[in-house]
Amino acid sequence: MYAVFKRELFSLLNSLMAYITIGVFLLAAGLLLWFFPDTSILDYGYADLNGFFSLVPFLFLFLIPAITMRAFAEERREGTYILLASRPLTDWQIILGKYFACLLIVAFALLPTLIYVYSVYQLGLPQGNLDSGATIGAYIGLMFLGAAFTAIGIFLSSVTKNQVVAFAIAVFICFIAYSGFDAVAKIEGLSFLESSLSFLSINAHYTSVSRGVLDTRDLVYFISMIALFLGLTRYALGGRKW
Amino acid sequence: MSIKVQGLSKTYAKQTAVNNISFTANSGRIVGFLGPNGAGKSTTMKMLTGYLQPSAGSVELCGLDVQAQPVAIKKLMGYLPEHTPLYTDMYVQEFLSFVASTYGLQNADEKVKQTIQKVGLQAEQHKKIAMLSKGYKQRVGLAQAIIHDPQVLILDEPTSGLDPNQLTDIRTLIKTLGKDKTVILSTHIMQEVEALCDDVIILHQGKIVANQSLDSLKNEQGDFSLEQIFRKLTASTTN
Repeated sequence: MYAVFKRELFSLLNSLMAYITIGVFLLAAGLLLWFFPDTSILDYGYADLNGFFSLVPFLFLFLIPAITMRAFAEERREGTYILLASRPLTDWQIILGKYFACLLIVAFALLPTLIYVYSVYQLGLPQGNLDSGATIGAYIGLMFLGAAFTAIGIFLSSVTKNQVVAFAIAVFICFIAYSGFDAVAKIEGLSFLESSLSFLSINAHYTSVSRGVLDTRDLVYFISMIALFLGLTRYALGGRKW
Repeated sequence: MSIKVQGLSKTYAKQTAVNNISFTANSGRIVGFLGPNGAGKSTTMKMLTGYLQPSAGSVELCGLDVQAQPVAIKKLMGYLPEHTPLYTDMYVQEFLSFVASTYGLQNADEKVKQTIQKVGLQAEQHKKIAMLSKGYKQRVGLAQAIIHDPQVLILDEPTSGLDPNQLTDIRTLIKTLGKDKTVILSTHIMQEVEALCDDVIILHQGKIVANQSLDSLKNEQGDFSLEQIFRKLTASTTN
């Protein structure tokens, strides 16, 4: 698995695409957090990062499918998947190798935003007036959310040869999983389903983790979400005809 | 018996690509896999490697069932797929190191160096694979198939698109490899079969129409050249 992980990571880092998507992500996050008056911390008046943490999932919605879209789609198009398949690797080693490489890139994208935490920490009055428990919780929540989105993206990449199709559908499914269920729950007439529908949405669990309390229900939810989509990937690769 | 194929078939929705074929191949012999385009050569080879699941029948390599023990099989087998797919964004050495690491080879660096020498890539080893010409890409493809010193070698058109000099080099290499391994190679070039192969299997419309040693095939068919024999055996269209 390590061999696949390493090759995937290097090929992501060797391509300009990873830097551009991470760059765009950081630029958008920076602009929204510090510059645009509607969302800027400086205009908001409170030195906390709640705005940032509710914003990042929407940026992840685009960032993560952009990183994962090539994982299997490119190999299918170029016919190189047969190279991997004729090595003594199990399907799971291939899938997990690629999955963790993409997840590490997501972590790389998130790493520079720690500067924002430091800045906001300095801006507080009195200095350092920041709920550190909630901040750590929110970062853990973001990583879980990123891990779930990555699994969705990897799965969509395994069902098509076309990277753009993989990207577009992955964005859509991530969006539905993130807040679509919440939205459906609000439809009148479905209100009896409201609690079970919102239990299905990533948003509810992400918000719960972001409060700084790690609940086993959230943990189980994220892990089953990841397992479901990676399992579907395994299924898609097993039935190959290409 | 290092390769044993029994009743192997592959059917797609409407088409039968490979129709109930059986054959065996032994160590120390080079088997030429011939047939017109679309005869099912590549499909059969993909099933030999375990990449495609057969619709019926079984493949055994070195006594192991390909579908039951896929990982063990892949350590014993080297495969050069059709069209030589490669990670073109990698450097030659980097790519071969990656391949070596998937086999968990000990002293991988040494193995990479030896293999580069064997296939004659010394001058190109620091280049990106995308920069290489077709012949050198073919060598990289061959290198990734032999780096772990497999007992069975499956080569799908290993010499397509090579210039005459490269052809001789690669053929010599395959000939040397064939001394202590089982080699199955597919090709469209009849001189190559005569130069390289001990046995010949001719496929036509998914069925085996000839399976014997090269010498006995020629004796049996009298004065014809191999090309004439090939055309005779694969001429009829029953569809």
